[in-house]
Amino acid sequence: MNWTLALPEIVLALSGLVILLAGVMQKRGQAFFSCTMMTLFALVVTAALVVLSPDGTGYSHVFINDGFARFMKVLALAGAALSLVLGIGYAREMEIDKFEFPVLVLFSTLGAMIMASSGNLMTLFVGLELSSLSIYILCAFARDQVTAAEAGLKYFVLGSLASGILLYGISLAYGFAGTLDYAGLQQAVRGSAVLPAGLMVGIVFVLVGLCFKLSMVPFHMWTPDVYQGAPTSVTAYMAGAPKIAAFAVLLRVMAGPFGSMAHQWQLLIEVVSAASMVFGALAAIPQGNIKRLMAYSSIGHMGYAMIGLAAGTAEGTRGTLVYLVTYLFMNVGAFAGIVAMRRKGRAVSRISDLAGLGRSDPGMALAMAVFMFSMAGAPPLAGFFGKLMVFYAAINAQLYGLAAIGIISSVIGAYYYIRIVKIMFFDAAAPALDRAPVSVSFVSVGMGLVTVFFIVALGPVATAAQAAAAALFR
Amino acid sequence: MMTQIVFYVFAAVLLLSATMVVSARNPVHSVLFLILAFFNAAGLFLIAGAEFLAMTLVIVYVGAVAVLFLFVVMMLDVNFTQMREGVQRYAPIGGVVGGVLLVELLMAFMHWRSASNIGQIAHLVPSSPERTNTAALGDVIYTHYIFLFQACALVLLVAMIGAIVLTLRERPTGRRQNIDRQHDRTVADSLEMLQVPLGAGVDAQGGFLRPRESYDIAAVPGTYGTEAWRVAEAKDATGTALVIATPAHGTKGEGDE
Repeated sequence: MNWTLALPEIVLALSGLVILLAGVMQKRGQAFFSCTMMTLFALVVTAALVVLSPDGTGYSHVFINDGFARFMKVLALAGAALSLVLGIGYAREMEIDKFEFPVLVLFSTLGAMIMASSGNLMTLFVGLELSSLSIYILCAFARDQVTAAEAGLKYFVLGSLASGILLYGISLAYGFAGTLDYAGLQQAVRGSAVLPAGLMVGIVFVLVGLCFKLSMVPFHMWTPDVYQGAPTSVTAYMAGAPKIAAFAVLLRVMAGPFGSMAHQWQLLIEVVSAASMVFGALAAIPQGNIKRLMAYSSIGHMGYAMIGLAAGTAEGTRGTLVYLVTYLFMNVGAFAGIVAMRRKGRAVSRISDLAGLGRSDPGMALAMAVFMFSMAGAPPLAGFFGKLMVFYAAINAQLYGLAAIGIISSVIGAYYYIRIVKIMFFDAAAPALDRAPVSVSFVSVGMGLVTVFFIVALGPVATAAQAAAAALFR
Repeated sequence: MMTQIVFYVFAAVLLLSATMVVSARNPVHSVLFLILAFFNAAGLFLIAGAEFLAMTLVIVYVGAVAVLFLFVVMMLDVNFTQMREGVQRYAPIGGVVGGVLLVELLMAFMHWRSASNIGQIAHLVPSSPERTNTAALGDVIYTHYIFLFQACALVLLVAMIGAIVLTLRERPTGRRQNIDRQHDRTVADSLEMLQVPLGAGVDAQGGFLRPRESYDIAAVPGTYGTEAWRVAEAKDATGTALVIATPAHGTKGEGDE
C-alpha cells in the first residue's frame, strides 16, 4: 500500500497531537503563543510536503493526490496560517487565548486537506465532518459571549442538518452504483443508458449539502449571524480554508463521477450561482455591521466562483481556482483590517466606526481601500483577474445570461465596497481606533502587496491552476 | 420455514417495541422497550447471518448505550409530560408533512434501478462463503479503509477537545491537595494538646477548628475553603474586605485588610 501518499496529512495529524500534548504540559496563559507558533511551523512544513508529494491514488482508492489536490491543499494551508497569525495579537482580549485554538484550526485544516484529496464519498464526508466539527467549536470558542455561543449553536444545528442531507444523497448514489469510489461511480454513470430519478435526487442532495458549507443562496441563512458572532479571527478562517475545501470536492465530484451527466445538473448550478451573486450584492447594501457585510460579500464571491463550475469546462475550473486564490488573499487582508478595529481595547464592528481612519491610521485605511477595490473588481487589482477569468469561461461556454448577471451584480456590489472607502476617507472622523499590533499589520501589508501586485504572479498562478484543472478533466 | 417464522416473530416484536418506545408515558418504560427493540434487531441480524453485528449490537447498545440512557432518565428530573404537551396540536400537521414527503419519495424511487453495469464495477471485498463476517469487516475497516478509520478517530478527538474547551471552567469548587506538603506534615502541624479544665466547654478553648493552619497546610492555595479563596470570594461578593466569624483565639487569617 502506498501510504506515503498521505504523508502531509499524517505529519499534520501527528504534529497536532504533539502540540496538544505540549499545550497541556505548559502553564495556562503561556501555552497559547507557543502552540500557535508550533502550529504555524507545522502548517508550513506540511505545505512543503504537499508541494513535494507524488501523484497517485492510495488506501484502496479512497485517497487521491494530484495537481488539483495539491493546489487546493496549499491554498487551505495558507488560509489557515494567515488567520492564525491574525489571532495572535488579540487572542487575550477576545478570550480565545487557549492552546486548543491553534490545535482546532490545525485539525480543521487537516479535514480540508482530506476533502481536497477525497477519492471516495466516504473520504469526502469524514473530511467534511472533521473540518466542520472543529469550526463549530471555534465559533463558540469565546463561550462567555452570548453572540459567540449563538453562532456556534446555530452553525452546529444547521450544519448537522446539511450533513444529514449530504449523507442521504451519498446513500442514494451508493444504491445506484454499489460503490462510493469516484472512479466506480463514474463508470456506473457512463455505462448506464437510463439514470433513475432517485440518483438525481441523490446528486441534488449532495449538492445541497456542499452548497450549505459554501453558504450559497438559498442555503446561506446561517452565514451573517455566524460571521458576526464568531471571534473575528475565526470568521477570517471560516471564510477561507473550509470554502476552498468545499469547492475542491464540489469541482472534483461534479467533474468526475457525475461529469458525464453535466447537462442535468448544470442548470441547478447556474441558478444557485446567479442567486448568490445577486443576493450577495443586494443584501449587503443596508448592512451596518462590517462583519455581516463581509458575510454577504462572501456569499456573492462564492456565487462568482461557482460560475466556473457552471461552465463545466477545464477553462471554467481554472477560472474558479484563480478566483479562489484572489478571494483568499483579499479576504484575509480585509479581515486583518476588521480584527484591528478596536477602540480603547474593545472590539467595534460598525462600519461607521471606520470613519476618519484615513487620517488617524492612513496605512491601514490604504490597505482596506485596496482590499475593497479589489473585491469590487477594480482592474489592476487581484479581484479583477479572478472575475475576468470566470466571466471569460462563462462566455466561452455560451452562458451569456450568467455572465451578464455576474457583471451587473458586481457593479451593484461595487457600491457598498466603495462606500466603505468613502466612509474611511471622507466622513467626519469618529474617535481614533487603537493601533494595530505587529502581527495584524504584517498580514495587512503582506496581503495588500499581494493584491496590488497580483498581476505579476498572475502567469504562474494561472499556469498552476491550468495544470490543476487539467488533472481533473483527464 | 422455521427461519421465516422466527423472522416474523422478531420483526413483529421489534416494530411493536419500537412503537412503544415513542408512545410510552413513562420514560423508564421507553428505555426498557428500547432494550427489547435492540435485542430483536440483534435477532434479525443473526437470521441474516451477520453474527458479529448482532453481538456488537447487544454489547454496545444494550450493554452501554441503553443502560446509560436509563441512568440519564432516572437521574435527570425531566418533565416528560410537559415535553409531550404539543403532540396533540402538532400531530396532524406533522402527519401531513410526513405523508407528503413519503409520497414524493415513493414517486422518486418507484422506478429505482441500479447501474446496468454494476457487475463490472470493482467492489472492495468480494463476498466468499468461507470467510466469517468478522474477518470481512476487519479487513474492510482495518486494512482497506485504515485511512478513513484513523480520520474518524481524529473526528472523535476533536469532539473530545471541543467538549472540554467549551465546558471546563477553572472554578475553585474543589479542594485539591498539594501532595508534597501533605507528605511533609508532622504531628505538630495537625495536633494540639490542651489541658481542658473540668466543666469548660470546647467553645471556650477555641472550638474544634484548631490548630487553624492545619486545615490549609496541605491544600493548594486558592482552592475551595482555603484562606485565599475566602478572601477572594468575599471580595467578589461584597467588594469589601472580609470579616470571618472566628473562634476566640488560636486562629489566623481573618483577612484583616
